[in-house]
Formats: sequence, C-alpha cells, structure tokens
Amino acid sequence: MNVIIEFAVSVLILLGAVFALLGSIGLARLPDFFTRLHGPTKATTLGVGAMVLASAIYFTATQPGVSLHEIAVMVFLFITAPVTAHLLAKAALHRRGDRQPSPHPSPASGRGGNGDGRLFRSGNDCPLSLRERVGERDEVTQRQEEVK
Amino acid sequence: MRRLFPRPALSVAIFLLWAALANAASLGMLLLGAVLALALPFVSKPFWPDAPRLARPGTMLTLAARVVLDIVIANGAVARRVIGPVARLEPAFVEVPLDLRDPFVATILASIVSLTPGTVSIDVDQESWVLCLHALDAPDPAALIREIKQRYEAPLKEIFTC
Amino acid sequence: MLTIAVEIGFVLIGLAMALNLWRLVRGPDATDRILALDTLTINAIALLVLFGIRAGSSAYFEAALVLAAMSFVGTMALCKYLLRGDIIE
Repeated sequence: MNVIIEFAVSVLILLGAVFALLGSIGLARLPDFFTRLHGPTKATTLGVGAMVLASAIYFTATQPGVSLHEIAVMVFLFITAPVTAHLLAKAALHRRGDRQPSPHPSPASGRGGNGDGRLFRSGNDCPLSLRERVGERDEVTQRQEEVK
Repeated sequence: MRRLFPRPALSVAIFLLWAALANAASLGMLLLGAVLALALPFVSKPFWPDAPRLARPGTMLTLAARVVLDIVIANGAVARRVIGPVARLEPAFVEVPLDLRDPFVATILASIVSLTPGTVSIDVDQESWVLCLHALDAPDPAALIREIKQRYEAPLKEIFTC
Repeated sequence: MLTIAVEIGFVLIGLAMALNLWRLVRGPDATDRILALDTLTINAIALLVLFGIRAGSSAYFEAALVLAAMSFVGTMALCKYLLRGDIIE
C-alpha cells in the first residue's frame, strides 16, 4: 500500500476517533439535556463519518475494485442524525411539560449554574404547542429555584 | 416519460445508493439497481409529498459544499466549547422566522441546521413558519438568526424557487 | 503507522463508549438514556469499522450497516413511545 494512502487513512482514523470521543465527552459533561444533544448528533456523526471514509479508502487501496458501500453507511448516518435529534428534542420537551421536577437532579446541573437553556423570544411567532410546553418548563425551572 | 419516472431525482438517488451498497460489483447488480430505481418511486408515489421543482442544481452543489465545510470547521469550535469551561456557555432556544413556505424545503433547512454544529432544530411550525432551534452557545441570538437566514435559507429559496 | 493509528483509535472509541455507558446508567431522564444508547451504537459502528480495517476484511461492514439501521429504528420507536405512550398508532 502506498505510503501517502496509509498516512491519509491513519489521519482519518485518528480524527474520527477524536471527534467520536469529543461527542461522548459532551454527552457526559454538559449540564442539561438540550446541550447534551449537541455532542452526539454532530461530533460523533462526523467522527464515525471520517472513520468510515478511512475504511473506504483503505479497502479501495488494498482490494481489487472500488469499495463504495462504506459511503452508503455515511450517507445513512448523516441523514438519520438530524431526525434522531429532532425526535429526541420533541420527546424531551414533551416530558418536561408533563412532569414534576426530577427528584434526582443531574449532578452536573449544579455545576453549570443556570444549566437550563435560556429562552429567547423573537416576537410572538413562537409555535403555540412549543410555547405552551416551554412555558410549563419555565415554571418547572422557577419551582426548582424556589426549592433551592 | 413523466409517468415512467414520477420522481427522477429519487430514481437517481436509489440507483446510486444501490450501486454503492453492491460496490458496483457486477452488471447484474447494476441492472437490479436500475429495476429498483424504476419500481420504488412508482410504488411509493402516493406517499410522497409534492416537492417543489429543482430550479438551480448548480447552486445546490455550492450549498452542499458549503454545508460540508461548515460541518467540519464548526465541529472544531464546538469541540473547544465542550472541553472548555461548561458553566460559561450560554445555551438558548432561538426562533427563526422563515421566508420559505414549503414543508419539504423546511425539512432540508432543519436538517442542515441540525448537522451544522452549535444548533439543533427542534420544531418547524407550519402555520406561522417559524423554525425553533436550540443553540449550544449563543450570546447573540439575533446574529445567529441572521446567519442562518443568509447562509442557508436564501440559497435554498433560490434552489427550489419557493 | 496504520496499526498504531488503529490501536489508538480502539482506545479512544473505548473511552467514548465508557462515557456513553456512564450517561446511560446515570440518566437522569429517559431521553438522556435514549441519547446515550444511540451514541453507544454509533460508537459501536466506529468500533466495527476499525475491526474491519485491522482484520483486512470487509465482512464487518455488513454488521455495521445492520447496527446503523437498527439503532435508528430503535431510537425512533423509543422516542415515539415517550411522545405518545404508544409505538404503533
């Protein structure tokens, strides 16, 4: 195998592994669910994408013919990641709306200070269902603060 | 022609995906892919929403290149924030009023927003056309709104003429 | 060079999966756990791809593909369950 190809594959593998790890660090470290959502949906997806690309280059170089099917996995991951994030965010909003404050607050939320997302309203065009849920969420946050 | 290929773009996508999955190994596999590319859009025609017409494929390629570049570059920025002091982050729910009026294009925009680091789209309201998203670190939400509208929504509107 | 890169990759992905596992156990909410599970499977895909490169066999790829499809469908089903209390309406 060519030295340049080997170098490129190694760099892609390391880059991918680092990004996958960063996404997981974000998942473990960040203070509340919505911030946690950011790490895995992007960094990890990019990391695995880079790694799959490395695999495609490697097998194209070492085996007869081109190895394209890794690209299919990459496309699949990049299409499904936003859908997963969207549905998880919706589920989280839904649950925050109809639940009391969690009896076991996350250990990280204290460290993060105002860990819950700050709500920014631009005009009154906020989607109604979301406003209701987010409104309830604000009450929950207030109640938590009162308890403290 | 139109009746044979109800959705040409979908047919091409299926054929390319099949070729990739089968590693473009043999003529027989490619032929099977062609049959699937013909049959699947035809069978699933009733399920698909009416997508707007693709007006400028060239702009689509530049937008795709820009999105890929943004994903790679902005991932580094997010990585710094994840490792750095978490308490200093300013997460925010941001509402972006949209100019486009098509569910299909709005879905594409929401997916792009989700994939570019720092933002996750949560909801698109199809009555008031507002994209609600969560930003990991947004000290200035107005700038974020402006950036999304300029960088992604304007080209999308151009591409699909809606 | 490649073997060293693959070994380092194994270590990093292993660490990432350990962190995912910690979040999976820790919670605190069901959505956090679903997210952790989803990330765990995505990292498992990376691990499988790495195994494939080390073994020089593309047979691992099929497993990675199946895992990708199953994790997506599984996450969707779990989210739907949380949203509606029901998976199939």
